[in-house]
Amino acid sequence: MSSVARFWRKIPQRYNLVGTRCENCGRYYYPPRTLCPQCRRAGRIREHRFSGKGTVVTYTVIRTASEQFEQMTPYVLAIVQLDEGPRLTAQLVCRPEEARIGMRVRPVFRRISADGESGAIHYGTKFAPDTE
Amino acid sequence: MREVAVIGIGCTPFGEKWGSSFRDLFVQAGTLALEDAGISGEEIGAMYVGNMSAGRFIEQEHIGALIADYSGLATAHIPSTRVEAACASGGLAFRQAVIAVASGIEDIVVAAGVEKMTDVGTGASVDALAGAADREWEGFVGATFPGLYAMIAHDYMHKYPLTREELAMVAVKNHYNGARNPIAQFSQEITVETVLSSPLVADPLRLFDCSPITDGAAAVVLAPLDRAREYTDTPVRVLASAQASDTISLHDRRDLSTLDATVVAGKRAFQMAGLTPADIDLVEVHDCFTIAEILAIEDLGFCRKGEAGRLTREGMTALDGDLPVNTSGGLKACGHPVGATGIKQVWEVVQQLRGEAGKRQVDGAEVGMTHNVGGTGATVAVHILGV
Ligand SMILES: [Zn+2]
Repeated sequence: MSSVARFWRKIPQRYNLVGTRCENCGRYYYPPRTLCPQCRRAGRIREHRFSGKGTVVTYTVIRTASEQFEQMTPYVLAIVQLDEGPRLTAQLVCRPEEARIGMRVRPVFRRISADGESGAIHYGTKFAPDTE
Repeated sequence: MREVAVIGIGCTPFGEKWGSSFRDLFVQAGTLALEDAGISGEEIGAMYVGNMSAGRFIEQEHIGALIADYSGLATAHIPSTRVEAACASGGLAFRQAVIAVASGIEDIVVAAGVEKMTDVGTGASVDALAGAADREWEGFVGATFPGLYAMIAHDYMHKYPLTREELAMVAVKNHYNGARNPIAQFSQEITVETVLSSPLVADPLRLFDCSPITDGAAAVVLAPLDRAREYTDTPVRVLASAQASDTISLHDRRDLSTLDATVVAGKRAFQMAGLTPADIDLVEVHDCFTIAEILAIEDLGFCRKGEAGRLTREGMTALDGDLPVNTSGGLKACGHPVGATGIKQVWEVVQQLRGEAGKRQVDGAEVGMTHNVGGTGATVAVHILGV
């Protein structure tokens, strides 16, 4: 099983969609980067909190999962493009038949997984359909 | 740089080999390859072993030394190195062996690949394979390996006119070829209906769109081309060896429906060999999922983007088509012991170029290509072989 410490480090980023922006080229990154892939060492990386509004680029419905996620199947997994540009992989909080490419979404704080019966519970961001 | 040739090949039967251990499998493949090359173990200068996850599947690490030891070579003290790049481990092991011989540092080098995947349950193997993607930003939220390829498939089908039936035809073709390969995991032919009625794994991919969980090993022996005829009458030349990398996470790709690492590795390989796609007589591509074969045919330059589904339906990639793809049955029907796959692809192409592929022989095959992908496209190895 995964150790607590490994995923603990990422809590601010996972809970609040905190990523980074490179002040040299203006690009936004999520997951956060410490080195700008565009400017490399010339980049100037600053923390950035995303609004979380975005669009579904593609999705699937997971029917066979790893042991940690078995009890959640079927669940919708998607690649979401945040309005600032970066993309991330996340679960959608919706019925499988509701999911579609191009759907507008907003972030919601949810339980992601647990390390077995008595292990640590991991929280993070999922996305729900945005009706506004 | 010296020219390099393959002088011997060996492969175990692929499948659920509960009666064989990890060690049994690679010793079997290695012995076949040495016999085929007509060499003894003491002549080996170095070994490179592709293996993705023995630590997860059989709780064994230190695979390089283990393999040399159980090949009876401990007292020979040869350098033996494990190479890991998820499902591209075998392709990279082959490339390392080619580089070792080409450089002049080693003469006779074995490239092998092995994986024993059926010693753990499905959930555990799904999780181990998810390690081929980004554990912290994909696996953490419940992304499985089939799930990531399923998202590629949805993206592709949103952009291009690929039908669900055309996708199924990739699996039908590869099972047809696998049924003509004695080492294949699946020896039965299937129909489009078989694929479309199989359970959904990750929409739109169904069970028969996915390569299976497989045990198996493969090995090949390399030598400098100018010495190859000391060992064999049928040396197969390595015309190109190319490798490329890309983002580990699928969501960071420029285009979800193009594996840029395949595009780049393919171009590098064609440039190195001085050839074009029209010169290739057959290709073993990385069809871990049916959609992956569609991408590979396009990304390697065998047709334009969006055409591979139609061309599959029209038979271009069939055994008797203009460009036979996955004559071995591919990962789909021959099986996919992840670390061994890249070496098995070389095994198949060498057999074809020697004219020893039996019922699946491609007439007059002189130039073949292998394409081995790690993860969802973060590593790609492409090789061109010729007689
Ligand atoms: Zn920058």
